Amino acid sequence: MARVAPFTATPQVRGGVGSRARLALVDALLAEQEVRPCAVLTLRWLVRHAGIERGLCAVVENETARLVGLTGLGLSLAVVDAFGLDLNDRMHPLIVALAASEPVAFSGAASAPGTPGSTPGSGIPTPAHGMRQPVDTPLGAEPFHAVPLAGPGESGDITPGLLLLTGMDATVEEDVRWAAEVLGTRLQSLWFRRSQVDERRYKREQSWFFGIINAVTDPILLTDSEGKILVANASAEMLLTADDQKSEGRRRAVALNNMLFSASTFTSSSGGGPTRHELLLVDPTEGQDLLFEVMSTPVKIRAGESGTVSVLRNVTDLRRATDEIEEQYRKLRIAEAETRAERDRLDLILNSALDPILVTDPSGNIVLMNPPAERMFTVSQDARSAEAERRVRANDAVFTSFVSGLYASQRLRWRGELSLLDPRSGATVPVEAISGKVLSKHGEDTAVVTILHDLTEAVEKQQLYEQVKRHSEELREKVREATAELAEQNELLRRQAFQLEQASAAKSQFLANVSHELRTPLNAIIGYTHLLLEGVSGELNRAQNEKLGRLEANARHLLSVINDLLDLARIESGKMPVQLEKVILQELIDEVMTEVEPLIDGTKLSVARHISPEVPEILTDRQKVKQIVLNLLSNALKFTPQGSVSIRLDYEPEKEWISIAVADTGIGISEENQKTIFEAFQQADSSYARRQGGTGLGLTICRRMASILDGQITLISKLGEGSTFTLVLPRQQRAS
Amino acid sequence: MSEEQAVQPPLVLVVDDVAHGREIFAEYLEFRGFRVATAADGLEALDKAFELLPDVILMDLSLPQLDGWEATRRLKADERTGAIPIIALTAHALASAHEKAMAAGCDSVVTKPCIPKDLEAEVRRQLAARPERP
Repeated sequence: MARVAPFTATPQVRGGVGSRARLALVDALLAEQEVRPCAVLTLRWLVRHAGIERGLCAVVENETARLVGLTGLGLSLAVVDAFGLDLNDRMHPLIVALAASEPVAFSGAASAPGTPGSTPGSGIPTPAHGMRQPVDTPLGAEPFHAVPLAGPGESGDITPGLLLLTGMDATVEEDVRWAAEVLGTRLQSLWFRRSQVDERRYKREQSWFFGIINAVTDPILLTDSEGKILVANASAEMLLTADDQKSEGRRRAVALNNMLFSASTFTSSSGGGPTRHELLLVDPTEGQDLLFEVMSTPVKIRAGESGTVSVLRNVTDLRRATDEIEEQYRKLRIAEAETRAERDRLDLILNSALDPILVTDPSGNIVLMNPPAERMFTVSQDARSAEAERRVRANDAVFTSFVSGLYASQRLRWRGELSLLDPRSGATVPVEAISGKVLSKHGEDTAVVTILHDLTEAVEKQQLYEQVKRHSEELREKVREATAELAEQNELLRRQAFQLEQASAAKSQFLANVSHELRTPLNAIIGYTHLLLEGVSGELNRAQNEKLGRLEANARHLLSVINDLLDLARIESGKMPVQLEKVILQELIDEVMTEVEPLIDGTKLSVARHISPEVPEILTDRQKVKQIVLNLLSNALKFTPQGSVSIRLDYEPEKEWISIAVADTGIGISEENQKTIFEAFQQADSSYARRQGGTGLGLTICRRMASILDGQITLISKLGEGSTFTLVLPRQQRAS
Repeated sequence: MSEEQAVQPPLVLVVDDVAHGREIFAEYLEFRGFRVATAADGLEALDKAFELLPDVILMDLSLPQLDGWEATRRLKADERTGAIPIIALTAHALASAHEKAMAAGCDSVVTKPCIPKDLEAEVRRQLAARPERP
């Protein structure tokens, strides 16, 4: 700010200001109620009437114990504001001057240090030092006078301030001192009045302030930076203060609360802005825990020092309520989960049941169904038809009627058989329905659970079971009968077997005996006949010889018949043993040919042999094969009056069969006779055969023997043209 | 062969309990040039055999006192008679009877009834087959 130009006073008014001028200043000051304008008026008055060039008014500020600049003339505002001295700096020349009763002259700051200004010649007591000392003031290097404001003699109080003035000379000292005194008096008067007003207002406001904060039920506190409580409302005091009259317990609770509060405030006051935290205190009266939410806001309490306003909100009940709600909510959730699990279990049971299950409310409405029930009581999307809907409605009606019967009755359970319709097929489904009431705690009907059991299967099963049972019975009866029959037959067979065994043994014995008893006399007949024919008893005549010859022939025939019968009997009774050995058939045929040679000699027949060289050795019963071949060959020779007889031996490798064929150009056998030729005593031409000495048993024995040897005899013949008998044998007969 | 033996025809012992049986074979064989001795039961057969030491024995099997099988066994067991051929003569036509006879030691079996000529042939066959006497 620019330096104000020095005020130039007119020379004629210097020295001896008139009473009018003084009166004017007094009037002006009295008319002014503010301190600063009073100072300005006075400084202006001094410029006009006392020739003062520039001036500064400084006043004592009791609150800060400083001398501070109030206003200046010819000085910038900033310079005035910046001026200030500590009253405790008692050695400072200006502070010393403040306590003086007369103006003190100063030489100025830098221009003439140690040089005394135009010191008035009056006997002003000079301080021991500092009189000439240069002092830094807003007035710069010019010499000046420091004039105390109030006059001396007033209870030794320090003066209310100083006027620092340049351009003052001795001629105006009287006027300057007067003006300073008037101003000092006026300022003191103003200050006094103001302090009284301030005091009243302060008291009033303090009462309002405490009225307000005490009206707040939340504890409110103001603390300084060290945590010391500066202000506390009643609620806060209740928690945090206790006088000696209170109980020991309460004091201890308060002490604890103070500790807790200080600790929380200290930790939370680090930040710049408002903070919020929780604080647990003890109710000093009741002793229970109180939970507070603390709102801390930093505030400036004086220059350079900050404190904290804390508002405590009791959230104990809120927290309790919150905890309670949370607990209830938690319980609710558990209960809900349990209910859901129960429901899921129930659903699982319902859905896994194969039988339809329905739950109905007391009005008869179906409230729950499992899938099998849905098949009966709802129309599925894929099979929607008028028919299906009609059937479902019919089922519903039947079912509702059944359930309403249960509601109407006093019974808890209800059983019945219903006839439903399969919605898809329309088939009648007989079901057994079992319903049970579900009662509430108070015994009211809340629902009916019905289980339907399809009886179709049961009926079918029952029928099937009956059927099976019947069959089983029948079977058992049959088995029993069969077993009895079998046992009977077994017994019979056993008896028969026993009898047969006995019979067989008896038969064998009988045969042996018969044979023996027949042979012995036959031996005599044949023997004696032979003796006679041999001439042992002398020569016989021709007729005797002829008759004895016939006797011998018949005896021999009888012997043949006996032998054949014995063979046949042995074959049929299974007493013909088979003795297997390796047989060379070529040799066997040679033997047979040798034996029949006498027969051949008696005929004019040509006999041919056709032996295949590939025929291998065979395994069979040599004696029986020989007997068969001998028999066949004998027959051929006997029944062939003229022509030829041949024997042919062949081998069929694929089938491993041996065949011995005996062919003749004989009398042949008619087709009719071919059927019976192998039966006993069946000769094609009995008379002819008898002439040839046949027994009628030969072919029968041959065929039976072939069978024993696992072979067979076949016949091809034509009456009058001849016959071919073929014996077929396996190469290897199996041992029986 | 010695001079004496050359002139002596073979001796056949015919054993049969049936009289006509003995007579037919004995008469026929004598007629045919054999010397013949007869026995009617087993014991007699043994006595005659040890006494006469025949060249061939015709042994019926069903005999009183001692049956033909047992007589044969005893004769074959004795060193005096062991080498004498024994031809079994039997009316038993069953194979078992034949086997039993062969087992007892008979050299062959001839089934009755038999033609005396066939029997003679068998006797001659056995005589020819018998081992040389020392």
